[in-house]
Amino acid sequence: MQLHRTLVSKLLLVTVLMFGFGFALVPLYDVFCEVTGINGKTSNVPATVLADGIDTSREVTIEFLARPNKDMPWIFKPEIRRLTVHPGEVHVMNYLAENPTGRMIVGQAVPSVSPGQAALYLHKIECFCFTQQQLAAGNKMLMPVQFYVDPALPAQFSTITLNYTLYDVTANWQGSAATENLGE
Amino acid sequence: MSAITHEHEHDHDHDHKPTGIKRWLFTTNHKDIGTMYLVFALVMFFIGGSMAMVIRLELFQPGMQFVEPQFFNQMTTVHGLIMVFGAVMPAFTGLANWMIPMMIGAPDMALPRMNNWSFWILPFAFLILLLSLFMPGGGPDFGWTFYAPLSTTYSNDSTALFVFSVHIMGISSIMGAINVIVTIWNMRAPRMTWMKMPLFVWTWFITAFLLIMVMPVLAGAVTMVLTDKYFGTSFFDAAGGGDPVLFQHIFWFFGHPEVYIMILPAFGIVSAIIPTFARKPLFGYASMVYATASIAVLSFLVWAHHMFTTGMPVFATLFFMYCTMLIAVPTGVKVFNWVATMWRGAMTFEVPMMFALAFIVLFTIGGFSGLMLAITPADFQYHDTYFVVAHFHYVLVSGAVFSIIAAAYYWLPKWTGYMYDERLGQLHFWCSLISVNLLFFPMHFVGLAGMPRRIPDYALQFADFNAFISVGGFLFGLSQLIFVWVIVKCARGGEKATAQVWEGAEGLEWQVPSPAPYHTFDTPPEVK
Ligand code: HEM
Ligand SMILES: [Cu+2]
Repeated sequence: MQLHRTLVSKLLLVTVLMFGFGFALVPLYDVFCEVTGINGKTSNVPATVLADGIDTSREVTIEFLARPNKDMPWIFKPEIRRLTVHPGEVHVMNYLAENPTGRMIVGQAVPSVSPGQAALYLHKIECFCFTQQQLAAGNKMLMPVQFYVDPALPAQFSTITLNYTLYDVTANWQGSAATENLGE
Repeated sequence: MSAITHEHEHDHDHDHKPTGIKRWLFTTNHKDIGTMYLVFALVMFFIGGSMAMVIRLELFQPGMQFVEPQFFNQMTTVHGLIMVFGAVMPAFTGLANWMIPMMIGAPDMALPRMNNWSFWILPFAFLILLLSLFMPGGGPDFGWTFYAPLSTTYSNDSTALFVFSVHIMGISSIMGAINVIVTIWNMRAPRMTWMKMPLFVWTWFITAFLLIMVMPVLAGAVTMVLTDKYFGTSFFDAAGGGDPVLFQHIFWFFGHPEVYIMILPAFGIVSAIIPTFARKPLFGYASMVYATASIAVLSFLVWAHHMFTTGMPVFATLFFMYCTMLIAVPTGVKVFNWVATMWRGAMTFEVPMMFALAFIVLFTIGGFSGLMLAITPADFQYHDTYFVVAHFHYVLVSGAVFSIIAAAYYWLPKWTGYMYDERLGQLHFWCSLISVNLLFFPMHFVGLAGMPRRIPDYALQFADFNAFISVGGFLFGLSQLIFVWVIVKCARGGEKATAQVWEGAEGLEWQVPSPAPYHTFDTPPEVK
């Protein structure tokens, strides 16, 4: 019986650890994606260092896309569709947002870059996606993103697409705990 | 005569065996529990099967005929869940309960009371799942894989019941697995060394480890779905910083080892049956053990072959593609060993052997279609088509299910004390063999031609094939009624079985009388 008990407790420990491992996959996944940049997520903290210099020898085209999510009534689009930049140059681009409804709505933009591996080389100094945005009924605003392309960008990337999906997060707003999670 | 001596015996050393329903409710006897698991699995096989009949009825003709699309989706979802967690897994657990103690010369499972619990919570899990179909808005309809956001944002309120029932199934499997490991580890008869254990014991031992490693991950996945849906977390919701693709990683981290949980015990069964009817010892015993272990280890490294189309970077798809193909190597070792066992054997073809032979051929076909799916660029075409459906039904129906049927025929005489009706059994075999191929083989073709899975309607050019598949499906369903008939007939009587039952059978379970007495190996047997 004692023999059984020690073995059972070891096996139960494995079970509990594996249950924990399932949840540990969540941060592991985020860290893994951030380090490798494979799922096209850009960093959710502002870049603090600028590039050493500007690489005028080549040009990279940045394409801007915007998409309000299914239940998001805002009108949401980039001011211009594409911009050609030199790696290292800092640029500011505006997105237009308009709330055509009769109520206040809070939005959260989630960026995505393709090709995914280029996400590591697109640095944002300032972005409206770092925080939640509120728009009162009928209001409009310009939402800036300030960025530069890392001169270390591998040569195979000549075009980078930056897409934002905008979610209606009014329901979770109002100081709920979930807000801290936002702003990926 | 022996029956009488035995009744006498346990009047002595055990208080009493309650009769009627109480015997089954409170039993801690591994044979009783094994029987309950097997009967439960058979009932679930028919419930899940009738859902498959609904699916095939709707797909008999193009256009919408009998059911609403949402109900169709509930049928595919619950059919999958019931067959995986209600039929195949409990059937294997039932076989483990019945056979493992007898094969290693132990008097019972190590933890008999936990054994009772692990069975009795199962009917409740499935009752909850089945009742959820009657909720307003219907039952789960997001596929057995319950991908987020289908199961979070877009699911109805039966999801809470779904999550609850999966939790119970998981707890039951984990308890069962712990019991198997402890029994095998601590209760082998003296001189039953590791490398003398029958392969069924070995494969179950490894399966049990897979179970305790991945069922908790499944529990985690359903818990996250639950909190995402009801408690405002955002594990899989991009708006809150989560990621729906993460769901697929967690699910398949469980899901791929899970498919091996459903096939490793089948390998054990076939490795028991082939030598008996070929009258030769198993070829390459040690390599079988190592192959099983390496399949189990590799099964943790291939999960993303279910996710090639999610846009993974090239190096990741290559990694998962090569690892997946690597699994085919130990699997091939097994197939070659079975064939080599039969080579120049004095074979006879009783029903268990017929099902085992069909297993080898048809499972290998499923393995080949798996290899095709493992080729990343090809999978872009095959993914989410009927080709995948054909693949996993070859490995699961003509693989896992056939092995369970083979096991039932093989050990029925040991369980009931009577021989089953060989003629009916052969009829069951041939009907099953023909209909299973009518049912699943054409799915390869419609899949390659682009028919998507989990859709209640299809383009006109698939009509003939689908009518054909449906007929195969109905025939397969009907054929299984013969199986029930054989079992009932065999339980009621027939030609008396000897202790050894099969001429070529070897192992401890064949040294006890048939039917196996209620208590076996109260004193450990002599192992040579
Ligand atoms: C040589 C061995 C095998 C290989 C290479 C293989 C490969 C694959 C691949 C690549 C897929 C994903 C297809 C897709 O969704 O596009 C798949 C799906 C599947 N396989 Fe296998 N497989 C093998 C053996 C097995 C076995 C032994 C089982 C179970 C007993 C199994 C059960 C399944 C199931 C259930 C699915 C579909 C899951 C779903 O999407 O619902 N496979 N297999
Ligand atoms: Cu897999």
